[in-house]
Amino acid sequence: MRSNRLGWILLAPTMIILFLFGVVPFLYIIWLSFHQWNPAAVNPDIIFIGADNFRKLVFDAGFLASLGVTLTFVTFAVLSELVIGYLLAQAFMKDFPGKAFFRTIHTLPLIMAPIIVGSVWKLMTTPSIGIIPHFLDSWFGYDLNIGQSAVAAFVVTVIMDIWHWTPLVTLTLIAALVSLPPDPFEQAQIDGAGKRQIFWHITLPMILPALMATVFIRLMDALRIVDEVLMLTGGGPGSATRFLGVHIFREVFPRTSYGYGSAVSLIVLYLTIVVCWLLYVSMLAPRNPKKD
Amino acid sequence: MKRGNPWLSVLFWIFVSFLTLFPIYWLFVISVKPAVELFSAPEVILRTAYWQNYIDVLNDRTLRGYMLNSLIISSCNALLVTTLGFLACYALSRFDFGGKESIFFWTITNRMAPPAVFLLPLFLLLTQVYRIGNFTLLDTRTGMILVYCTFNLPFAIWTLRPTLDGIPKELDEAAFVDGASSWKVITEIVFPLCRPGLAVTLILTWVFAWNEYLLAATLTNFNARTLTTGLSEYITTTGTSWGIMAAISVFTLIPALIIFSLVQRHIVAGLTFGAVKG
Repeated sequence: MRSNRLGWILLAPTMIILFLFGVVPFLYIIWLSFHQWNPAAVNPDIIFIGADNFRKLVFDAGFLASLGVTLTFVTFAVLSELVIGYLLAQAFMKDFPGKAFFRTIHTLPLIMAPIIVGSVWKLMTTPSIGIIPHFLDSWFGYDLNIGQSAVAAFVVTVIMDIWHWTPLVTLTLIAALVSLPPDPFEQAQIDGAGKRQIFWHITLPMILPALMATVFIRLMDALRIVDEVLMLTGGGPGSATRFLGVHIFREVFPRTSYGYGSAVSLIVLYLTIVVCWLLYVSMLAPRNPKKD
Repeated sequence: MKRGNPWLSVLFWIFVSFLTLFPIYWLFVISVKPAVELFSAPEVILRTAYWQNYIDVLNDRTLRGYMLNSLIISSCNALLVTTLGFLACYALSRFDFGGKESIFFWTITNRMAPPAVFLLPLFLLLTQVYRIGNFTLLDTRTGMILVYCTFNLPFAIWTLRPTLDGIPKELDEAAFVDGASSWKVITEIVFPLCRPGLAVTLILTWVFAWNEYLLAATLTNFNARTLTTGLSEYITTTGTSWGIMAAISVFTLIPALIIFSLVQRHIVAGLTFGAVKG
């Protein structure tokens, strides 16, 4: 075996870059979050203030509102994507001509820049030029105004996310469904199991690993949504679509209170990790021991 | 395979495809309409195309600069992360050192953190800490190329690891017996065998860098601004010029569409950390 020195040399550039732009920023906000640092204020020095930033955070109405809409958004968007994605994947399992073609079209939104998705949906839903408000108005007399109605803005954001990311769920579930062995299904049908029973007792347990992987990835991505929303609504009206990322970009970053901003960033990072970890522990871990 | 009327399925999927494609089609429609026609009753079918918006975008020196920046930043970044990822994966798959898998996992965690969290620390680091005299990395292409490594380098390592692991070690060893140097083994034996995997990695990292907005919007002011940030400038200013905005969007979309046709099969595997082979 060759000496490991060459191995370390080959790894070094990667590790140095990821250290400088990944680890150092992380340690830096941990350190800064315990300090007060406001270059624009009367006292521009960095002062140690203990946990004051975190104490302030707990009572920050803007942050809490943002946290609330983010969790609501993630729940609605990811659940809808799972249900629609599963139904589409099932619809895809039938035999019909042009499968590859439809699959290709279905993959298209995945490669689009989030900001372009935002721009596309802005052009679709802005009251004066959008086609959706126009037809909603002339067919149902419903006035869709994402600039004024908080509910409309929120719903359109969820629909945009569904449009953008359902294909990912569909395609991962197609891959899972294709790889299922046919025997248990045939056996269940012979035994007279209903469609619902087959779904809950055979299909779901068998595709669960793929399903959970998809849920994690969607959850992680939905929690970090920023670009699309900045483009579509800018976080408004009010705080209706001011998700955590938008909150940091719009409210926290422009203010020059760096200590407090670090505390907010740190908590957002922490929440992302905790949400993903909770899901992992609660849904995936208990099933693992049974397997071996 | 279930049976049923296949044409019903086709009809259903035509409907789904319509829902997928219509918003993109509408973007194109807006981009080829003169401003005065935008506010009249929308017409779904395009009768005449008006290319002035595209001409305006191409004649705009600032936007041309943004386009060039986007091109340079994403190309250099993709080349850099693919090269470094290749070398790192070679080390990870060929050498036996302690904590190897921990290092691999650690690189991946860098991709999982929300980018919004890094806005503030990266901004402060680029302006205050990573500086030589008056030279800072803020608002430079070099700075953006390095910053984009935080999400693209883990991705390159993640996608290249199976490729490298799939090349038998015996090939290297046979070459060493014949007296080849490590450098020669990497460049003349391993690299050619990895080409397909490297191409996919290069293309996908390129499109991720091209699509990025949030970091570019906060870490650049003028010199290194990219096309995606140019797009948002047309929103924040009062009185959005919708046609121009749509035309810039189309320009941003075109490379992604070309790439889409090249690596369509690998997109899902790429987006799911390899959990699903598309």
